[in-house]
Amino acid sequence: MSVLVIADHNNESLNVATLSAITAANKLSDEVEVFVAGNNCKDVANTASKIQGVSRVLLCESEVCVTQLAENIAPLIYQLADKYSHLLSAATTTGKNLMPRVAALLDVAQISDIIDIESEDTFKRPIYAGNVIATVQSTDIKKVITVRSTAFATASSTDTAVSIETVAAPVDNGLSCFVSEELTKSERPELAAADVVISGGRGLGNKENFKLIEDLADCLGAAIGASRAAVDAGFVPNDYQVGQTGKIVAPKLYIAVGISGAIQHLAGMKDSQVIVAINKDAEAPIFQVTDYGIVGDLFKIVPELIEALNS
Amino acid sequence: MIILVAIKRVVDYNVRVRPTTDQSGVEISNAKMSMNPFDEIAVEEAIRLKEAGIASEVVVASFGVKQCQETIRTALAMGADRGVHVETEVELQPLAVAKLLKTIVDKEKPGMVILGKQAIDDDANQTGQMLASLLNWGQGTFACNVKVDSDKVIVSREIDGGTQTLSLKLPAVITTDLRLNEPRYAKLPDIMKAKKKPLETLTPEDLDIDVSPRLKILKVSEPPKREAGVMVADVTELLDKLRNEAKVI
Ligand SMILES: Cc1cc2nc3c(=O)[nH]c(=O)nc-3n(C[C@H](O)[C@H](O)[C@H](O)COP(=O)(O)OP(=O)(O)OC[C@H]3O[C@@H](n4cnc5c(N)ncnc54)[C@H](O)[C@@H]3O)c2cc1C
Ligand SMILES: Nc1ncnc2c1ncn2[C@@H]1O[C@H](COP(=O)(O)O)[C@@H](O)[C@H]1O
Repeated sequence: MSVLVIADHNNESLNVATLSAITAANKLSDEVEVFVAGNNCKDVANTASKIQGVSRVLLCESEVCVTQLAENIAPLIYQLADKYSHLLSAATTTGKNLMPRVAALLDVAQISDIIDIESEDTFKRPIYAGNVIATVQSTDIKKVITVRSTAFATASSTDTAVSIETVAAPVDNGLSCFVSEELTKSERPELAAADVVISGGRGLGNKENFKLIEDLADCLGAAIGASRAAVDAGFVPNDYQVGQTGKIVAPKLYIAVGISGAIQHLAGMKDSQVIVAINKDAEAPIFQVTDYGIVGDLFKIVPELIEALNS
Repeated sequence: MIILVAIKRVVDYNVRVRPTTDQSGVEISNAKMSMNPFDEIAVEEAIRLKEAGIASEVVVASFGVKQCQETIRTALAMGADRGVHVETEVELQPLAVAKLLKTIVDKEKPGMVILGKQAIDDDANQTGQMLASLLNWGQGTFACNVKVDSDKVIVSREIDGGTQTLSLKLPAVITTDLRLNEPRYAKLPDIMKAKKKPLETLTPEDLDIDVSPRLKILKVSEPPKREAGVMVADVTELLDKLRNEAKVI
């Protein structure tokens, strides 16, 4: 049977996390279709139609889908579900919002945040903030899944495009309505997909000092992350939070500055390739996962680092 | 309106769990248990809506082993009015919890149900969305601000790119994110008072809900361990290692 991947997008471009979901889908079936629901989102469908391993794209363009409200999109996916064995999406906030709603309509479990596929019904997923990995087997006829993008490579694009078919627009069920959106503007690479991430914690002390993290990130072309404490204290917006209940990142290089390394934080970054920590407390738990640690005052070390990188 | 809050009893967030030696589950027999932190935020939000004169009554529900009643008492001490416990030894998964909650919603007719966005044990992040789906209600997930406006609720949500605001028709389902509020601590006199607040106990059979798990846990194992690294003396040594050893910059 085929597998359907629900595209995460903003009507303009396809979220790279979806490329990882497509890779996961290809481990389950050779027939992978991608569903794009939005409005004026042909570009997204075109991009999807050229991804390696995709055999067909379904496109639903409608004013009703423009902000992808789960209340309207879930019934639409439910109607498409018949011919698919698995329905996948990236474990982004959009996917997490939508897929359980679809699963409940289908009366099946949802399998969250898978990191490995053992067979078509058996998956690995982290539980307890990633302190343990569960291997779970689904007994349902259909599998509704969200995919942790850091655990699967991104599918590449090809020159040839597969067909794009139109799906009829849903009716607005009037349960919810979009009011506004405040997106964090940044010229930096996207946190979840960046090669280098510099994260700051409570140790920065205040919002003004957090600029040190920005300066360091500028030197390395890095994305910026933060601990929950730094977000709660208002140093940075909420979408910077890395961890169990924030974003999961696995860059080539992760530098934790003034972060103690609580398990909830480690859950979001411990699969990074190389981890560096700067902390004045030699006993800080972060040092248990670092490749290179420096004990010392961040207000001395970070400026030194910036200077050395700039020279 | 009545507000229904779902609260889960979980291993405390400070406990580092391990797989059991036979890898069939996690070692939690002696672990400290607490209310799921997101559910404390849910209870707090409901109580604030009551204090603001918007809610008339706060009902909390917890499903699982007998000791869930302790978690319910904690919520009652915070200020909830009454509790419902559905007792079962079965490991409850989100779909089953959503179905149990739906039966309680059908009976209590709340104007809003508030849940945590995620239980910190199963890390599922599903139950609220599933409940909203079963009820065919609107959902305001990962909420960082909730404002009731006559027959609607305006919910700001923490999303990957920032914050999104939705308007939902009431009744609706809300799930809490960390920044929604700071939960209060129960004071001693309130803990005493909570002991006398009503607590109804039911079973899944009473509610005619099949709660058998859909996902079988075949194995629970430890994640791959990271090799212990080295401490470097200064910035020069760090940059040298990053450039020439790790080759990441
Ligand atoms: C339900 C729940 C979910 C959570 N989810 C997350 C999550 O997703 N992500 C997350 O990060 N946290 C999460 N947390 C919070 C987590 O438990 C920790 O409280 C948090 O990560 C601590 O942040 P921190 O390391 O910045 O602060 P602290 O623990 O206060 O650490 C600050 C560190 O800075 C160091 N420091 C201070 N000054 C200096 C200086 N001048 N130079 C060098 N070092 C200095 C200190 O030695 C210390 O180690 C969650 C908690 C709960 C209960
Ligand atoms: N056994 C339970 N009893 C009561 N509420 C629960 C239970 N399990 C989950 N919930 C609620 O559902 C939310 C999300 O849980 P989950 O979908 O498992 O991550 C929790 O924060 C609780 O509000």
